[in-house]
Amino acid sequence: MTAVLFGITLVASAGVGVVNMITVEPIAQAELAAKNEALNKVLPAFDNQEIVELEIDDMPIVTYVASKDDEVVGYAVETMSKQGFGGEIKLMVGFTPEGKVINVNVLKQTETPGLGTKMTEEGNPLIRSIKGQIPEQKKLVAGKLAVRKDGGDVDALTAATISSRAYVDAINRAWMAYRNVALGETVSDTASGASRTNEPQAQEGGRNE
Amino acid sequence: MNKLKIVLSGIVKNNPTFVLVLGMCPTLGTTTSAENGMGMGLATMAVLIMSNLVISLVKNIIPDKVRIPAFIVIIASFVTIIQMLMQAFVPALYASLGVFIPLIVVNCIILGRAEAFASKNTPFDSMLDGIGIGLGFTLSLTVIGAVREVLGGGSIFGYPLGIGDYTPLIFVLAPGAFLVLGYLMVLFNKLAKK
Repeated sequence: MTAVLFGITLVASAGVGVVNMITVEPIAQAELAAKNEALNKVLPAFDNQEIVELEIDDMPIVTYVASKDDEVVGYAVETMSKQGFGGEIKLMVGFTPEGKVINVNVLKQTETPGLGTKMTEEGNPLIRSIKGQIPEQKKLVAGKLAVRKDGGDVDALTAATISSRAYVDAINRAWMAYRNVALGETVSDTASGASRTNEPQAQEGGRNE
Repeated sequence: MNKLKIVLSGIVKNNPTFVLVLGMCPTLGTTTSAENGMGMGLATMAVLIMSNLVISLVKNIIPDKVRIPAFIVIIASFVTIIQMLMQAFVPALYASLGVFIPLIVVNCIILGRAEAFASKNTPFDSMLDGIGIGLGFTLSLTVIGAVREVLGGGSIFGYPLGIGDYTPLIFVLAPGAFLVLGYLMVLFNKLAKK
């Protein structure tokens, strides 16, 4: 009895191992392709990239400094927020060297279908009120971007305030990373304090999304 | 037993969703769109065919006492294999189905068919049963997904029908899943009886 069960598990694990060997390469390639596609969507053409890894509010934020012919053409920040309605949200945000937001690409989200998932659509209210603009010149609340409901001027998605706040939260973190990397400012400390005060608000609204 | 009958029985007489009412968790969870429903159905079908075949092949060497752990090991291996293949070759679908792929392991349709069919029939018949039940599950999930997507999101298979702003969102949310499932179940059983 034990021998049969042992035999079955042995064969099964061998099978899984073989498939893993076959798929490990394509999986890595698929992930790389997805990342490169995200980078190309938020950056102008580049031929070289340098990676700067930061930790803001205990979250790993990766900045890709893209350059062409040894001249910096843009910064792409892989940023995230843990305040989404359905968990983590990961975005790729592109900045010009002057700090203008080139574009935002949603890498990962598990928001409510039909409501929060609208953040992935082209030309949604969130991206419309951020794209092509310099965050510093927007209406800031405690030095950060905010949705209209919180006193800022970023348009939220209809019926998805939590998701919109999380999106803006991630954008703020990207902006911090941009300022850290591009301008050499250390902004993560003040920022983490500010984001913590925001958290209870997000929780409260969560009841009716 | 008539071979065609085995396949057809899985689609109509023993339809896993509308008649046997098995595997409700992935049914309600993944059918937010026709594409997701179909992807989930096909992934389950692939696991079901392979697990039915293998379980039927080894049914005589497995002692009765450890058959359930043995079945689960076999099923879990195939789910892991399918998961890795999907991650490698259809990463977009893999991302949208998320946690429901590993959860195929505990889908009661698969263990149910292993117990009720594969452990009593020949490997070929078991494979046909896997195809039949798998097709039944895939078709049911696709239909539920399509209805929810049209009513709640105003599109079908991702193509907008131009009614996007006037659709009741409830259909893509959890309560809508129950409503659509309930009505489709009534409709299916009414039609199947004739």
